[in-house]
Amino acid sequence: MKTSNIWLLIFILILFCLCLWLVVPLEGDRFGRQGLTLGLDLKGGAYLVYEADVSKRDPSQTVDQVMQSVLSKIERRVNAFGVKEPIIQRQGENRILVQLPGEKNIDEAKKLIGKVALLVFKETIPDASGQPTRDEKGEIIWQNATAVGTDGKTKELTGQYLKPNAKVVLKSGTNEPEVAFEWNDEGAVLFEQITKRNLDKPLGIFLDNELVSAPTVRAVIKNSGVITGVDMKEAQALAIQLNSGSLDVPLKIILEQTVDATLGADSIKRSIVAGAIGLILVILFMVLYYRMSGVIATLALLIYGVILTAIFKMVPVTLTLAGIAAGVVSVGMAVDANILIFERMKEELRAGRTLGAAVEAGFKRAWLAIRDSNVTTFIACIVLFWFGDTFGAFVVKGFALTLFIGVSLSMFTAITVSRLLLTISVLIIKNRWLYGVKA
Amino acid sequence: MIDIVNKRNWFFLISLLLIVPGILSMIIFGFKLGIDFSSGTLMTLHFNRAVEQSDLRQQMSQLGYGDASIQKTSQGDFLVRTREIDAEQKQKIIDGLKSGLNAEVTILDFSSVSPMVAGEVARNAVIAVAFASVFMILYIAFAFRHMPNPFKWGFSAVIALLHDALIVLGIFSILGWMAGFQVDSMFITAMLTIVGYSINNTCVIYDRIRENVRKGVSKDFALTVNVSILETMARCINTSLTVILVCLAIYLFGGVTIQQFILALLVGVIVGIYDSIFVAGPLLVLWERGLKTSKYAA
Repeated sequence: MKTSNIWLLIFILILFCLCLWLVVPLEGDRFGRQGLTLGLDLKGGAYLVYEADVSKRDPSQTVDQVMQSVLSKIERRVNAFGVKEPIIQRQGENRILVQLPGEKNIDEAKKLIGKVALLVFKETIPDASGQPTRDEKGEIIWQNATAVGTDGKTKELTGQYLKPNAKVVLKSGTNEPEVAFEWNDEGAVLFEQITKRNLDKPLGIFLDNELVSAPTVRAVIKNSGVITGVDMKEAQALAIQLNSGSLDVPLKIILEQTVDATLGADSIKRSIVAGAIGLILVILFMVLYYRMSGVIATLALLIYGVILTAIFKMVPVTLTLAGIAAGVVSVGMAVDANILIFERMKEELRAGRTLGAAVEAGFKRAWLAIRDSNVTTFIACIVLFWFGDTFGAFVVKGFALTLFIGVSLSMFTAITVSRLLLTISVLIIKNRWLYGVKA
Repeated sequence: MIDIVNKRNWFFLISLLLIVPGILSMIIFGFKLGIDFSSGTLMTLHFNRAVEQSDLRQQMSQLGYGDASIQKTSQGDFLVRTREIDAEQKQKIIDGLKSGLNAEVTILDFSSVSPMVAGEVARNAVIAVAFASVFMILYIAFAFRHMPNPFKWGFSAVIALLHDALIVLGIFSILGWMAGFQVDSMFITAMLTIVGYSINNTCVIYDRIRENVRKGVSKDFALTVNVSILETMARCINTSLTVILVCLAIYLFGGVTIQQFILALLVGVIVGIYDSIFVAGPLLVLWERGLKTSKYAA
């Protein structure tokens, strides 16, 4: 055997052992990676794309400033909600991608994240008798409560003057949930004037222009207050929203994909079964049709599988259902190069070459066909990756990425592992029938 | 010797018979577009007891979704497709179904796409297909640059590809109105994968023709092509067969969510075998000889 082949053998053995150590056991900690990284469709969760209506922004701010502010507020809200490993990204000009892996209360999370949550205090317009003015339907007419701030300017009292420490408390006696808040210095100055002016009158607390509660002011208050009239979940969401601050512009969901975790678990089980059956079918076919060469292809396939899993685990590649399918399909494609080589080798044997020469010639001549056929698959993968990326279809992206990795790796294993194993094999086993031609 | 090249007109006829019904279906019925191309909501509902499809349909129309399309999956869940709905409407549907059908309902997956996004996705899909085609033509022309007329080879390979794509598109247009098959971004993914993969076999055959031309197997180009096809036929079938085996395994045992996608792949790969062997090679001869067939010169 040539020295270069011995070095190659050592290299492949080390690579194989390293990858084997990395993936067995799959859940074992290797350089901080445990198990495979699963996409939303496999472990459940939500994939949301929001679009911000930047035309409604404060004209003194640029779109970038507004988006940055919205993004950081959403981050605070998601973190406060307790989602593990969320992904929050700006997409394009005015879109925000939010991924909530493993989240079960998706509808609650959606309401929490996307709401502007602008808190505004409003007061009544007293008529001649001091009673609130009402419209023809008998509803109270509200107007924004204003007061003079420390700088002498007249200001509306809104949630922007709150300290970020609002919390849910239970009202003593009734146990009804309330959101307790505190004003900052400026807010306290405003609130004091407004409560003084509205003593024994209702004060309307509005969230996004909807009346939440209208308590009657019983005393002049300066620093703090409570919001009543909400249920427990609403109170929790409101506290988080008040602490993160209201969003600068309204958001709308334009793309949503949510998957229940049970479906994901079922998909994983089915994929494993399907993958195993597919692998067995391919191995059976290869061994029955190509005999000894088929055994070598099987060995190469196992090495391929171990390295592929190691790449998936260590990079890590986020696996989606389509991604796993691509992995399985790539097994079918991975043996293609082997088939081309074995067929070529058979021809060389029939033409009267020795086993060793046939292996060499087989690889050399099959190479062009292998290269040409894989490049076109690469082109498809790259275009698909772009396509999936532009509108955030993680499914398409996952498929393209996994297929690309699979096909690249299969080229590597075909031209190194299969070749080397075949070279060694013909040194030991000289029966020509085993390599597919008449003895 | 099996003669494929001189029977090429028969194979072209078979191709026409495969393509024409599909094209007619595409013209008359078009495609049933998935929500990512036409906007709307798609959800999978799971009930804790057996529910009749007709009851579900009735409940949905009482809730104001009479136009919803409802399909039962092989696992007894329901795929419901309707216009774009928001969180509140979704909650109303869940509550309505719960009381109306007297069953616990779980939404296994839920996707909703707004019309604006759908428009972008459709546009990007067209761009993606166009880009992929152009790059593949360029690459094939490059791969055959040493042949006397590289674009003839590239063009023939691409026509064989389009042939594959047209047949698959036709089949799924027909399946659209017959079995509710939806064309979505996963279908586009399947198409591009098919295109990228099917060309492999054509490359293998053309590669062999190129080699046999150099070796001077015969002065007759048609004969060289025929010999090359026969020499490579087994490996073309075998390479596709391994992919068909794994796709079959996923189709039969894998998750419902990707069944349609895998079916598209499966059909594409099978049709790909046909067009590599019976169309791609004969097309090259067509360039030189036209439709007229004659006995091979020695």
